[in-house]
Amino acid sequence: MKKECIEFRNVSFRYSEEGPWVLKNVSFRIPADEGVAIIGHNGSGKSTIAKLINGLLFADEGEVVVLGTPVTEETIWEVRKKVGMVFQNPDNQFVGTTVRDDVAFGLENRGVDRSQMITAIDNSLRAVGMIDYMLHEPHRLSGGQKQRVAIASVLAISPQIIILDEATAMLDPKGRKEIMHTVNEVKDQQGLSLLTITHDLNEITQADRVIVMSKGEVWLEATPREVFAREKELQEIGLDIPFVAKLANELGKVDVPISQQPLNHEELLEELWTYHSNK
Amino acid sequence: MDISFKQVNYTYQPNTPFEHHALRNLSFTISSGSFVAIVGHTGSGKSTLIQHLNGLLRPTGGEVSIGPYQLMPGKKVKDIKVLREKVGVVFQYPEHQLFDETVKKDIAFGPKNFGVDYEEIEKRIPPILDAVQLPEELLERSPFDLSGGQMRRVAIAGVLAMDPSVLVLDEPTAGLDPRGQKEMMDMFYQLHNAKGLTTILVTHSMEDALQYADHVIIMDHGTKYMEGTPEDLFVQKDKLQAVQLDLPEIIQFLRKIEDKFQVSLPYEGQTISELGIQLKEHLKGDVTDE
Ligand SMILES: Nc1ncnc2c1ncn2[C@@H]1O[C@H](COP(=O)(O)OP(=O)(O)OP(=O)(O)O)[C@@H](O)[C@H]1O
Ligand SMILES: Nc1ncnc2c1ncn2[C@@H]1O[C@H](COP(=O)(O)OP(=O)(O)O)[C@@H](O)[C@H]1O
Ligand SMILES: [Mg+2]
Ligand SMILES: [Mg+2]
Repeated sequence: MKKECIEFRNVSFRYSEEGPWVLKNVSFRIPADEGVAIIGHNGSGKSTIAKLINGLLFADEGEVVVLGTPVTEETIWEVRKKVGMVFQNPDNQFVGTTVRDDVAFGLENRGVDRSQMITAIDNSLRAVGMIDYMLHEPHRLSGGQKQRVAIASVLAISPQIIILDEATAMLDPKGRKEIMHTVNEVKDQQGLSLLTITHDLNEITQADRVIVMSKGEVWLEATPREVFAREKELQEIGLDIPFVAKLANELGKVDVPISQQPLNHEELLEELWTYHSNK
Repeated sequence: MDISFKQVNYTYQPNTPFEHHALRNLSFTISSGSFVAIVGHTGSGKSTLIQHLNGLLRPTGGEVSIGPYQLMPGKKVKDIKVLREKVGVVFQYPEHQLFDETVKKDIAFGPKNFGVDYEEIEKRIPPILDAVQLPEELLERSPFDLSGGQMRRVAIAGVLAMDPSVLVLDEPTAGLDPRGQKEMMDMFYQLHNAKGLTTILVTHSMEDALQYADHVIIMDHGTKYMEGTPEDLFVQKDKLQAVQLDLPEIIQFLRKIEDKFQVSLPYEGQTISELGIQLKEHLKGDVTDE
């Protein structure tokens, strides 16, 4: 059995006692070295899940366990050392007056020594394409540049778990692909687990598994292919599927055989090639 | 209102080690009533450009005109308040736009500030909530206790409440769920047509630019790289790729089909389901004769 990395056990949560339940009896497990995407309509509880994992919030009912440790007031510092998180709005997490200081901050907190620190800052800023901005002030960067720096800060500390909460929403599509590629590479090299919260349908295809949230509940947990087969139902809960998946479903409707739900252009072209050669 | 940029420069932190030329010699015109998309990789100057449209930034060189208002270096704009009433801007980060205690006060702030009376504001709010798909029960909540997507909707509602004649949208659908993205864009488009607005949309979605805009301006390193109709620009794959941009996905896919199967299948505005039928017809087996 693979080691459990993040586990939600019947977690319910609300922001105030009179308020509505924002998470309702949520349970899921994320094994180490798996990449999981969480999708769901606005307000479905995704960011709340992220905040429960690194102890910014605590469950009202049930339990959140991170790498074997239940997340409580007593354990948050231990947990946060292992979890690197990038928030939806990076402005909320800049602390340094320069990009370099900002990346250094997390490393200092973890007691990394100076020479290692310099290498880590260098490598992570290079990985996200922001090495030229080392001495710039973070709040003066463009939206997408801020997001790159926030991701560099997390990569630098090599956490065991990385959580990206819509961390690439302000990047151009190419930049988004590159950054996700970089993050996935680091994930594979270091065997860490990656939790991405996203509205970008193409980003989901890179995940091993997808958790679909709706109205505070886990609506579905499945592979990307399985998720994309449920176009109608997803649309009913405010979501959608990528272009390729849609086109495959349309082809299916007019009796062009599709042997498996394609995840990218190449897979769909292969299906069409088979159709083209067989008749 | 017609908008024009004449050889506009904008430099952040001039005469410091961080001096940064964010706009260089930028010229274009946008005629009243058009729907213009501005695209370009991150850092290319899009947000800097649009902050000139309501006088938040003033050019450090050249001249910007928005209808009767002129922005020039070293000269205060006279009726900046009137300009801001006419030009509604939805900024890239909605959180920056929110500040009041409740969602309702936040939405009402703009029109109140411009002297719209209480009853009129009360009348404007319900249809706007409906347009941005915000449930009424959020009205009394603090805007800071909302999810990211809900904040974005409040920020958009606040701008719509001012009833502007120029609508400037900086990546307005980032953070919205897929249905929200589509509904919001359809809503802007419908408003654009119904009210004869001039709409300026900054977007990373080539699909949205193709679907909604009648004119596209491509930015690169603070300069105008290309401009034209989406139909003309979005076939120039190599030129777009040189500045980090992709073709809209449907056009990319059609190109790949044409290459792989040696057929001709141009983009002519077909929907995905129409494309499915086309593919079935075009690729059906190697039937050599009829
Ligand atoms: N600080 C808060 N106080 C009270 N309610 C909150 C707070 N933060 C979030 N909520 C509410 O909890 C629900 C879930 O919010 P959450 O931020 O987890 O959603 P989300 O799935 O991340 O949405 P989005 O896609 O818009 O980012 C929403 O209804 C939201 O209004
Ligand atoms: N307040 C600021 N001070 C200094 N430089 C800035 C500021 N805002 C943006 N910049 C720089 O100007 C360039 C253009 O930024 P911006 O207009 O935000 O780009 P875009 O919106 O196209 O992503 C970027 O290189 C960015 O780092
Ligand atoms: Mg969120
Ligand atoms: Mg911008």
